[in-house]
Amino acid sequence: MSEQTVSSRNAAWREQLRKSVSTKERTSIPRVHMHELDPLVRSHNNEEVNMGLTLEEALLEAKRCLDCPNPTCISGCPVGIDIPGFIKRIENNELLEAASILKRTSALPAVCGRVCPQEKQCEASCIYTQKLGKEAVAIGYLERFAADYERHSGKLSVPVCAPSNGIKVAVVGSGPAGLSFAGEMAKKGYRVTVFEALHEIGGVLKYGIPAFRLPNDVIDVEIENIKKMGVEMITNCIVGKTISYEDLKNEGYEGLFVGSGAGLPRFMNIPGENLIGVMSSNEYLTRINLMGASRGGDTPVLTGQHVAVIGGGNTAMDAVRTARRLGAQRAMIVYRRSEQEMPARIEEIKHAKEEGIEFLTLHNPIEYEGDESGRVKRMRLQKMMLGEPDASGRRSPVEIPGAVETIDVDAVIVSIGVSPNPLIPSSINGLSVSKWGTLVVDDHLQTSIPAIYAGGDIVRGGATVILAMGDGRKAAAAMDDYLRSKKNQKN
Amino acid sequence: MNKILKKAFFSSNVVYFEVEAPLIARARKAGHFVLVKVGESGERIPLTIAAADITKGSISLVVQRVGVSSAKLCALNEGDYITDLVGPLGKATHIEKYGTVVCAGGGVGVAPLLPIVEAMKNAGNRVITILAARTKDLVILEEQMRANSDEVIIMTDDGSYGKKGVVTVGIEEVLLREKVDMCVTVGPAVMMKYVALLTKKYNVPTMASLNTIMVDGTGMCGACRVTVGGKTKFVCIDGPEFDAHQVDFDEMQMRLGSYKPLEQKAMEEYLAQTGSR
Repeated sequence: MSEQTVSSRNAAWREQLRKSVSTKERTSIPRVHMHELDPLVRSHNNEEVNMGLTLEEALLEAKRCLDCPNPTCISGCPVGIDIPGFIKRIENNELLEAASILKRTSALPAVCGRVCPQEKQCEASCIYTQKLGKEAVAIGYLERFAADYERHSGKLSVPVCAPSNGIKVAVVGSGPAGLSFAGEMAKKGYRVTVFEALHEIGGVLKYGIPAFRLPNDVIDVEIENIKKMGVEMITNCIVGKTISYEDLKNEGYEGLFVGSGAGLPRFMNIPGENLIGVMSSNEYLTRINLMGASRGGDTPVLTGQHVAVIGGGNTAMDAVRTARRLGAQRAMIVYRRSEQEMPARIEEIKHAKEEGIEFLTLHNPIEYEGDESGRVKRMRLQKMMLGEPDASGRRSPVEIPGAVETIDVDAVIVSIGVSPNPLIPSSINGLSVSKWGTLVVDDHLQTSIPAIYAGGDIVRGGATVILAMGDGRKAAAAMDDYLRSKKNQKN
Repeated sequence: MNKILKKAFFSSNVVYFEVEAPLIARARKAGHFVLVKVGESGERIPLTIAAADITKGSISLVVQRVGVSSAKLCALNEGDYITDLVGPLGKATHIEKYGTVVCAGGGVGVAPLLPIVEAMKNAGNRVITILAARTKDLVILEEQMRANSDEVIIMTDDGSYGKKGVVTVGIEEVLLREKVDMCVTVGPAVMMKYVALLTKKYNVPTMASLNTIMVDGTGMCGACRVTVGGKTKFVCIDGPEFDAHQVDFDEMQMRLGSYKPLEQKAMEEYLAQTGSR
């Protein structure tokens, strides 16, 4: 826990606030429920499903937080947000203050409040979950509330940045890892330039996560805020292709952070996988989310009446719920294990079910069949049962001999994970790359080239927005140390 | 935003552009491609770089007007800006001194073939270039090809220029005449398929440069996947050039048609909106 966190807890107003309501009263308040758009309505539009809390609800929920002397929730947060700090500001109705505390550690609070798996992180470490056997304080909802309040207030605060130290650093990729790194380095006084390969800033937040879960204007406001901190962002520029690492060094960049993200979509290598209408979730979601396919953009997308999405992660849920929104009568998840082993957030699974998504768990595709034009028309599914736990600790799926089912489909979206983007590892000489194609880094996220740090999916292979952001923050601290000590050696 | 410095019509449906792109001009090599997007809600389409001028800081692209996105690009004029342009992408052509190299291009595939012809010639190869087109008016870049080739053979389907016949007729003529060490082919999938079948018969190693559907072009979407030697490959990352004898051209041709009905509908709407252009 940081000194700032401790000292803010000892502030007089905070002590008073703690004493103003008894613990018994605080713990007797039931957890707030998120307002959601009606499933029948939302499954036909692209509006955000979660509608946020009202002020009254947020104030009441904030009261539930006990402002623990040892706030375990903070250790559950990959970026170490001062959780009781911001929640107590909400309880005290100082909402802009609450938002500014969030921004001290998170470059994208309105994003995190929406897409973080809080139930596995801060909320899992909350005293309500740990000791009281009750539902955790709704930390994620409150984070979103504070960030949204600030955005709508028109009084967006820009984090205070140290005076410029004149040192230039470059960032590859403008997804959560890169943006978080850029924001942190700007705060430390560095001159930061972000290079993005696509035509828009935001990475997976833009091309991957659909608007019904994360509206674009929410992302854009947070990106604008990072720009206001002095971060320069260049689109349509691929480090390693358009400009080389040598070019960057020649232009005076002293450090490079690689947050180039996940690349190559994985396929199962089963017959018929290259038929028309079989595509990766990356392709499907990019066409729709980034390119505006089916919503006025020039980019086409293949939609269907019977759409199967292969996989059980958050991206699979995003894809299947998108298919439903684009008019699929039958939109189904095909997953080889049972629902219990699904990596998707419980909330996503719940939302999907409410929207009429079918769950074919314990089914695994073994073949796709096409019509004469090559368009997929049927899939053959092998039925599975659960066997012994595997390396991941989850019970592994085992084929039930002879149990094969055939289902009509006109679009199949394969969402079984990605391999790291090979562009950077293959274009900078001297970078250590693992056998999975991820960049090899030490505990400080430093690569085999001392001036290059890396984080997010290019290191992890495939993780979450918040873990990528945590990496960006950690790498910024480490690169700052490295560049400072290098400067000192010179002097 | 990249400014169009020069525009010329190779034929009514084939446009030549010189576009300001200093970083790409400097970084590109033979075989590289770019992704182009016209308008805020435009589509990203891959185009192979036909030439580059480092001093002018420009690259050249040859575009065939087939659908809405290429039509929007072809409607741009000198002084206009291309909204988004990114590259150079893909692996560069493997260039070495093979001996005698046959470079066979068809349609607008001739444009991306030009830098390969130049590089093969510069590497000390004897270069025989075969250009195929439906008719005389569609033969492009002949002069530039002649400047970089030891011999140029022109084939037209209707015999209106050069020799009458398809590209394989021209290639076979050379194969029967002399020893060829390498063949490079760029053009429509069907054309490359028959080139590959022919050169396989004569045991001449052959490279084909593939132009498939792409969205991001950086290895993320997998729309460009093709089967090469029984394995799925991504054209944007693993290619665009592959051993032509290993490529499943039938599958490639099928996948190129993925959006045909949607594209035709969009084109009809576009034409209705823009008049009879």
